[in-house]
Amino acid sequence: MIAAKNFLTPEMIAQIEALAPRYPNRRALTLPALHIVNDALRYVPLEAVVEVADVLGLAPADVQDTLSFYAFFPQDKPAGEVRAWVCRSISCALRGGEQVLEHLCQAAGIEPGGTSADGAITVEAAECLGACDFAPCMLANKDLYKNLTPETAAAFLRDVRSRVTAD
Amino acid sequence: MEDFKPVLLEAVGVPNGHTLASYLARGGYAPLKRLLTEKKPADVVELVKASGLRGRGGAGFSTGLKWTFLPKDHTGPIYLCINADESEPGTFNNRILMEDDPHQVIEGIILSAFATRASTAYIYLRYEYPRSWDRLQAAIDEAYAGGYLGPNIQGSGFSLDIYLHRGAAAYICGEETGLIESLEGKRAWPRIKPPFPAVEGLFKQPTVVNNIETMACVAQIARRGVEWFRSIGVPADPKNPRDPGSYGPKLYCLSGHVEKPGCYEAPLGITVRELVDRFGGGVWKGRRAKAAIPGGISMGLLTEAEFDTPLDFSGPSKVGCLGLGTAAVVVLDETVSMIDFLHNSCRFFAHESCGQCTPCREGTSWSLRMLERIKQGKGRLVDLDLLLEIGNTMGMMPGSTICGLADGAAWPIKNAIKKFHGEFADFIRRTNPDGWMVTEPVPALAILGSHASERLHERKKQNTSRF
Repeated sequence: MIAAKNFLTPEMIAQIEALAPRYPNRRALTLPALHIVNDALRYVPLEAVVEVADVLGLAPADVQDTLSFYAFFPQDKPAGEVRAWVCRSISCALRGGEQVLEHLCQAAGIEPGGTSADGAITVEAAECLGACDFAPCMLANKDLYKNLTPETAAAFLRDVRSRVTAD
Repeated sequence: MEDFKPVLLEAVGVPNGHTLASYLARGGYAPLKRLLTEKKPADVVELVKASGLRGRGGAGFSTGLKWTFLPKDHTGPIYLCINADESEPGTFNNRILMEDDPHQVIEGIILSAFATRASTAYIYLRYEYPRSWDRLQAAIDEAYAGGYLGPNIQGSGFSLDIYLHRGAAAYICGEETGLIESLEGKRAWPRIKPPFPAVEGLFKQPTVVNNIETMACVAQIARRGVEWFRSIGVPADPKNPRDPGSYGPKLYCLSGHVEKPGCYEAPLGITVRELVDRFGGGVWKGRRAKAAIPGGISMGLLTEAEFDTPLDFSGPSKVGCLGLGTAAVVVLDETVSMIDFLHNSCRFFAHESCGQCTPCREGTSWSLRMLERIKQGKGRLVDLDLLLEIGNTMGMMPGSTICGLADGAAWPIKNAIKKFHGEFADFIRRTNPDGWMVTEPVPALAILGSHASERLHERKKQNTSRF
């Protein structure tokens, strides 16, 4: 049995181990394991990288090398409770995607990639979200927001903030 | 064409069309038992080869032929990887298939795994598609429960497991060896070929990588037959012995400045104009079109005068585009600035270059910096020559990179500057009246100065495109 970790809970380790039979080696568990940690903590700090490496039997540098390539897993601090990806690729840009991104960032008081002071939201500039039929669009956690305008983006932000304050 | 009925998109709009019950009611999984019990893997390879099916992911390589590259006498495992990374700007046909008819995809995977003698298939699904994930996973669970996956499928003796593998928002994972590296838990750096994946792929074993829409086509070929498939599309050009033809239905993604963006199924070979007028409701707001992307941004640009180009595998390349790509058509209306368009394209590729090959890493990032400088009113006419030089020298075609991402980055540059040279030149003259004619090199540090951190915020604002 693997000893308890600072960041990885026994539940997370069990989730990782449950996927192990799918792959012929443990290195292939790297991305699934990072997603499991990130889903739970909203970031993957360096200490967690060391713990993931320990679980997988890899060098921490192997895991960090993979992690850093994707520029997807935050490492310094957790992402906001809602991580909102606003598409800026061509189909959305043609229909006002960049204005939506700008309005959302200004309303939240952050730059793209930043997290609001209350920790409610992280706004990211995304490349094509594959929902060009609903441009401009945004993926917020698991929800796709379609045909956004600055007004509907502002309403979305108010909704996020009221939910977070209510928690 | 007039009486063409959607086949791949049959389930769209059907209540609960994504469920096993609905798929069975529509005749799904019917040919599976017969093929798995009565036929040999080589028969299914021949079936798909005879259909003329070409991969729907972008390169358009013959699917059946790809399968024959697997070693015949391999004793270890063979892997089937399904590329559901999509990601090409403008493209969402795989998302529609996975969300609305996941069983059609799964049936295609089962048949393809049988043909390639794979007993494990991984679906590499991009992070951005959580709904596709849920729909596919639910369908996989249903298929296991119904005896369509797992050991001894439908009593045939053939066994298959399908696993979903989640990506992490990297475009390069759509390149088949980048996908394989990523699946192995590494950075998604494409591999030098040969060896091709069919010889040494995932976990050093023979591997086939196929696209989601290709899988849906395999399922339909099994159900409706080779003759049906070959009756649709554009036959091989008898004058060109190397043209394998463009057979079958195709999903076209239409977006940008049209009244009705969406994913539409049509025979291969429909023209951009037909697609925009018949399916897209015309250019939006009563405006005129200026240009269109023929098949995802990496395929380049068509001018409005080229809208009668047929969207088959060889059509777009006849007017200087890279190819059919993903058949994602993005329409740009008359108000669009081509400088803004190209800036958007360069920013995408600079962001998504994996950084492995210097010509691509540097070429994409410097072309973006040049476009930013041009947008800031500091462009010179010689910049256009320099951009073309970058476009002509990075990529697999000039032989300077490992994968085709750089060719995809180069094509919009080459097409935009060649086909809209006047607009670029006018913009540069107008916005840089004192410096447009200067030919001395711009000192690199001066360019870097425009990216200094204290100006970052201002720059970001300036560079927000105003379409």
